[in-house]
Amino acid sequence: MAARALINVPPKAKRGEVIGIKSLISHEMETGFRPNATGQLIPRNIIKEFVCTYNGVEVFRAEFFPSVSANPFVSFTTLATESGTITMTWSGDNGFFATESVAITVE
Amino acid sequence: MTEPLPLVTPAAVATRRRFLIGAAGFAGGMAMVTALPAAAADDRPAAMQAALKAVIGGETAHKGRIKIELPPLVENGNAVPLGVTVESPMTDADHVKAVHVFTEKNPQPNVVSFQLGPRAGTANIQTRMRLADTQIVTAVAEMSDGTFWRDELEVVVTMAACLEDS
Repeated sequence: MAARALINVPPKAKRGEVIGIKSLISHEMETGFRPNATGQLIPRNIIKEFVCTYNGVEVFRAEFFPSVSANPFVSFTTLATESGTITMTWSGDNGFFATESVAITVE
Repeated sequence: MTEPLPLVTPAAVATRRRFLIGAAGFAGGMAMVTALPAAAADDRPAAMQAALKAVIGGETAHKGRIKIELPPLVENGNAVPLGVTVESPMTDADHVKAVHVFTEKNPQPNVVSFQLGPRAGTANIQTRMRLADTQIVTAVAEMSDGTFWRDELEVVVTMAACLEDS
């Protein structure tokens, strides 16, 4: 099952400009607190960690708990320092791992 | 400390449970196990204080510099837009290191923790959270100079998340 991830980064930016980054990934974020039809708790299955790197340097990190909504959305900012690649990774329960990259041109 | 009673009254059991929960690190026997579900609902604000303490340690979280944004009235607690903004120049010398969000009445006090730095440019983060009940949501910002700042907001929720089918 490949998780669908969407990231939004402006393709071009001026050096030193603050750019907005948005990320969205499809994931049920099962809390582990909900009972199923037979009254047993559905085991927890969440994304625990989200990391954004800019040319290999970590610029933003988030730790998720079950209180984060299904299909976690995160919007944040970063400084456009140089042309290169912005990579985001999500990892979580049951060996969940997803990654998405986008190129940015800084002039 | 009370003397061991020949006959175990409910009050004595309650005291012993409280003592065990307070002093313990080890769980002993059925009394402890049966006490837990009842205690969980009442101890959530306390759990939040504990989670807060785990982040700020012995420091005081001052009011200000951080602003939390949530709709005041929420119809469906499953996906509530949450925004956190911290006033900071975001330079190497003075920036926001981390932002933590806590709830009082969700099953677990932590919601999300963000780690950022001078490369973020601004401390302006949006996400979506679940709300299990009408409650107060707290956000705490950790600055590079070691100070902590907090903001709280009460949210009214008409349909809860987390425990019911979505």
